[in-house]
Amino acid sequence: MQQRQNFDISLRELKLQLLHMGGDVQEGIRKAIEALKTGDMNLANQVVHGDIYINQQEHEIENLCIRLIATQQPVATDLRKIVAGMQIATDLERMGDNAVDIAKTVSRLQGQTLIKPLVDIPRMATIVDTMISNALNAYVENSLDLAENLATQDDEVDHLYRQMMEELFAIGKDRPNAANQAMSLAFIGRYLERIGDHATNVGEGVIFIITGKHPDLN
Amino acid sequence: MSQPISVQNLRAWYGNQLTLKGIDMELPASQVTAIIGPSGCGKSTFIRCLNRMHETVPGARVEGDVHLGTEDLYKGDPVDVRRMIGMVFQKPNPFPTLSIFDNIALGLRLGGMRNRGQLREAVERSLQMAALWGEVKDRLSEPATSLSGGQQQRLCIARAIAVQPEVLLMDEPASALDPVSTLRVEELVEQLKDTYTIVIVTHNMQQAARVADETAFFLNGELVEFADTTTIFTNPGDKRTEDYITGRFG
Repeated sequence: MQQRQNFDISLRELKLQLLHMGGDVQEGIRKAIEALKTGDMNLANQVVHGDIYINQQEHEIENLCIRLIATQQPVATDLRKIVAGMQIATDLERMGDNAVDIAKTVSRLQGQTLIKPLVDIPRMATIVDTMISNALNAYVENSLDLAENLATQDDEVDHLYRQMMEELFAIGKDRPNAANQAMSLAFIGRYLERIGDHATNVGEGVIFIITGKHPDLN
Repeated sequence: MSQPISVQNLRAWYGNQLTLKGIDMELPASQVTAIIGPSGCGKSTFIRCLNRMHETVPGARVEGDVHLGTEDLYKGDPVDVRRMIGMVFQKPNPFPTLSIFDNIALGLRLGGMRNRGQLREAVERSLQMAALWGEVKDRLSEPATSLSGGQQQRLCIARAIAVQPEVLLMDEPASALDPVSTLRVEELVEQLKDTYTIVIVTHNMQQAARVADETAFFLNGELVEFADTTTIFTNPGDKRTEDYITGRFG
C-alpha cells in the first residue's frame, strides 16, 4: 500500500521547484556572459531585473520546506532531503546574485574595447554551466558519481581563474590605462569561480542526502 | 544507583506462537531506551519479560537470560523482580477506591513500612519526584480518581518509584494523555533517568526522538536495529528502520 502519498507529492514538488530555480539561474549566467561577449546591455539589464524572480523562488522553496518540517515531522532521508533542499536553494540564489554581479560589471564596461580576447571567461562559463547541470542532475538522480565529479570540475575552474588573474595582472602592470578594465574582468572571473563553488556546495548537499555525511568537495 | 540490563537470546511464546525470536540487548544504566515498532512486533512482550510479567499470562513462556547488573532475574522470586523493576501502563490505573496518599503508601506498607512519619516522607518524596506534589499536597486524602488523566499517570509513576526500584518500564505512558500532560510526563522521564534505568515503549516516534538516549526498532519479534536515538532518526543503518520511521510501512 502506498503510504504518505501527499508527503511524497510535496517532496516531488520540492524537487521540481529546485530544478526550475536552477534552470533560471543558469539562464541568468548565460545571458550575463553573452552580454559581455556581445556588449548587449539589454541582456545585462534582463539579468539584473530577473533576479527578483530567483529570490522569490528561494522564498517559496524555504516556505515549502518549513511547512513540511512543521506538518510532516520528517526524519532520516526525508529530513535530509528537506534540509539539503533549503541549502541548495540558498546556493542557487547566491549563484543568481553572482550572475547579477557579472551583468552589472558588463554594464560598467559599456562602450569599451576589450583589452584582450575573451578566452578564459567563456571557458569558465561553459564549465560552471555544466557544473550546475550536473549538480541538478545529481540531485534528481541521487547520483553520488555526478556529485563527487563536481570537485574535479571545480578544480578546472579554479585553475582557469588563476591563469586569467596572472594574465590580467601582467596587462595591468604593462598598460596602466587598461588596469581598470583588467580589474573588472578579474571580478567577472571571480564571480564565475564563486558560482563554481556554489555548484560544488549543491553536490555536497546531494551527497549529504544520499549518505547522511558531510563531505568537503571544495 | 541504577543498573544496566543485559538481555541474551531472549525468546518468548504465547502458546505455540514464538513472539520474541532471540533478542540480545544491553540497556545502559541511567539512560532512557525507547522501543519502537509496529503493532504486534513484540515490543510490549519484550518489556513484560524484563519484569517477569509475561509468564503470568496463561500458556506464555520465556527462555533466555535477563540480568540486572549481575543479578539473574529469572533465578529469583518474581515478586522481588517486580519490586526492583517498576512498571507504568498505557492507561493510568490508580487504585480507584484509595486516596492519593494511600495509592502510594500501599506498596510501602506491603514492603513493611509502618512508621507514619516515614510513610509521609516517602509519599512526599515520590510525589515530588513525579512532579505532582505541588498539585496534590493539599488534597492527599481525596480519591485518586479525582485527579485529571495526566495527574493520574504521574501518580502511577510516583507509585512505581515509591518502592525505590532500579528500573522503570513504561508501556505507552502518554498515549492516553493530552499534549500538555504528555510533555509533562516526558520532562519527568528526563528528570528520572539519572536515578533509574528507563525503558519506554512508544508508538509516538517524535516522543522516542525527544526522550530517549537509545532507540531500538523491533519488527516481527526481532531486534532490527539498536543505536543512539540521533542515529536512528537521522541516518538509520537498516532500510527497514528507515521505512518504518519515515512512515513508508507499518
